[in-house]
Amino acid sequence: MIRVELVKLLRRPRTWVTIVALNALPTLVAVLLAVTDIGPRPGSGPPFLSAVLTDGTLFPLAALGIVLPLFLPVAVAVVGGDSIAGEVQSDTLRYLLVRPVSRLRLLVAKLVSIVAFVVVATLVVAVVAYVEGRLFLGNAPATGVVSVSGTTLSSGEMLERTVLAFGYVVLAMLGVAAIALLLSTMTDSAVAAALGTIGFLIASTVLLGLDAAESLRPYLLTRYWLAFVDLFRDPIRWTDVVHGVLAQLAYLVVFAGAAWANFATRDINK
Amino acid sequence: MIQTRGLTKTYGDVRAVDEVHLDVREGDVYGFLGANGSGKTTTVRMLLGLVMANAGEAELFGEPMPKSAASVLPRIGALVEGPGAYPHLSGRANLALFDAAAGARARRADQRSRITEVLEQVGLDPSDKRPTKTYSLGMKQRLGLAAALVRRPPLLVLDEPTNGLDPQGIRDIRELLLGLNRAGTTIFLSSHLLAEVEQMSTRVGVLDRGRLVLQEDMSAIRAVTGLVRVRTPDPDAAIALLDGRVQERGAGEVVVRADDIADLNVRLVTAGVRVTGLEPVRRTLEQVVLEATTP
Repeated sequence: MIRVELVKLLRRPRTWVTIVALNALPTLVAVLLAVTDIGPRPGSGPPFLSAVLTDGTLFPLAALGIVLPLFLPVAVAVVGGDSIAGEVQSDTLRYLLVRPVSRLRLLVAKLVSIVAFVVVATLVVAVVAYVEGRLFLGNAPATGVVSVSGTTLSSGEMLERTVLAFGYVVLAMLGVAAIALLLSTMTDSAVAAALGTIGFLIASTVLLGLDAAESLRPYLLTRYWLAFVDLFRDPIRWTDVVHGVLAQLAYLVVFAGAAWANFATRDINK
Repeated sequence: MIQTRGLTKTYGDVRAVDEVHLDVREGDVYGFLGANGSGKTTTVRMLLGLVMANAGEAELFGEPMPKSAASVLPRIGALVEGPGAYPHLSGRANLALFDAAAGARARRADQRSRITEVLEQVGLDPSDKRPTKTYSLGMKQRLGLAAALVRRPPLLVLDEPTNGLDPQGIRDIRELLLGLNRAGTTIFLSSHLLAEVEQMSTRVGVLDRGRLVLQEDMSAIRAVTGLVRVRTPDPDAAIALLDGRVQERGAGEVVVRADDIADLNVRLVTAGVRVTGLEPVRRTLEQVVLEATTP
C-alpha cells in the first residue's frame, strides 16, 4: 500500500505544481539579490540570507529558511489535508477499503507519503537553490565557510551539517503532517482539513509572539523550527534541535494516534 | 453466501436498517429492492464493513463481518453507490492501482491481461489513455464495474449497476452479469428498478423503511395464482355460467378462480360462451412489492 500511495503522490500533477510553487519565492529572492546586490543586514531577515551574496553555495540553506516558516507547512497541510478527505471526494476511499486495504495500513501509507512529499519538496528546493546560488550569487571561497559562531567550517563539515539541517526540516514537518492527517479523517472536505491545519500553524505562531503564553512556548508546534540554524554553530548547539525533534515526535504520536482512533471504526458513508 | 441476523443500524432515533435477516444463497442473483432512503445502501455498506452495525450479525462465506474482512473482502467485487476513480489517471491505471492496493503480488503480465479482458467485457477501450475525468457518466459506471470484476470474485455486490447507462448499455451489462452468474458467480444486486430486478433475479428481498418486508424466490413470487383471465365478447354469459368463482370483471374479460384451464375452456365453449383468450394470472413483481410495502 505504501508503494501505491507513493505512486499516486508522484503521478499526481498537483504534487509537482506545489513543488514548483514552493520554489518560486526563493527563486525570486535569488534574482532580486543578484540584480540589486543588496542583502539583508547580518542578523536580520531569514537565516543565511546575508551570507549568500558572498557565498552562493549557502543559498540552499537560505532557501530553506525562506520556505520553512510558512510555505512548506502550508504545502504539507494541503497534501496532508487531502490524504483521506481527498479519497472521499474522489469516491475512492470506499473502494480502497473493500479491496481490502486495512484502515491502519491506509493511514500509515498516507503518513509515509506525506513525509515522502516533504523529502522530495525539500530536496528539490535544495537542488534548485544550489543551482541558483551558483549561477546568480557570490562565488564561494574554496577554503571553507564561516560558521554562525565565527569559526571556519570545512566543506565536508558544511555538507554534513546541511544534510542534518534538511533531515531536521523533514522531522519538523511531522507535527503538521499528523495534524493534517487527523483533520483529514474528521471531515469529507480536503480544503477544510488543510485550512484547519493552517489554523493550527497560525495559532502557534501567534502564541509564540505572545509573552503571556510564555509557559506554553516549549510545546508549540512551530517553536523549534528555526533551530536548524543551531546546527551551523561551532560546536553544534543541540539543545533546541533535540527539543524540536522530541516536540515533533510528541505531536506525531498524539495526532496520528487520534487519527487512528477516529478512523478505525468510523462509518464510511460517502 | 450472505447471511445476516437482526442486522440493525440506527442514526440517532432513526432506525435506518432494522433487524434485517438476509439470506443469499450460492448461485443466486439476489435482487435487493427498496425505495430511495429505505436503507439499501446502508445495508450494503454494513455487509462490506464500511459502516458498523449497532446490533445483529452478518456472515459472508460463512465468516463474520467485519471481523474477517481481510479474508472475506478479497472474494467480493463491489460497486457501492456510484463508481470512484482517480480523475487524473486513465481507466487502466486506475484498475492497476486498485488491484495493487490490496497488496496482491500478481505478475505484471497477468495483471495487464486481466485488466484488458475486463475492460473489454464492460465495453471500454483497453487502449484508452485519457484520464477518467474526461469520462462520461456511463463510462465511469462501466469502469466501476470493471473494478469490481477485475479479480474474478465469486460474489458480486452491486449497488445500482446500470445507473447512467443507455438502454443498449443496460442490456450489455445485464447480459454480462447473467453470463457471469451462469458461470457460477453469485450476484447481490441492489436496485430501485423493479424491471431490472424482475428480469435478472432468482431471489428477491424487499426493504421498506429499514425493515425486510419480503424475501422470496422469484419462482414463488411469479407462481400461478389459481386465477384465470378469460377474454370473451360475452362476459355476462360467462359470469352467469361461472357465478361464485368470478373474482373481477373488466371490459371484455373476466377473472375467475379455476384449477384447470382446459376444463374451464370446455365448460365455457359447451355452454356457448365464445372465448378469445385464456391465460393464467401471475402476480407481477410490482404488485408483490407494493403489497409488501403498503402500510
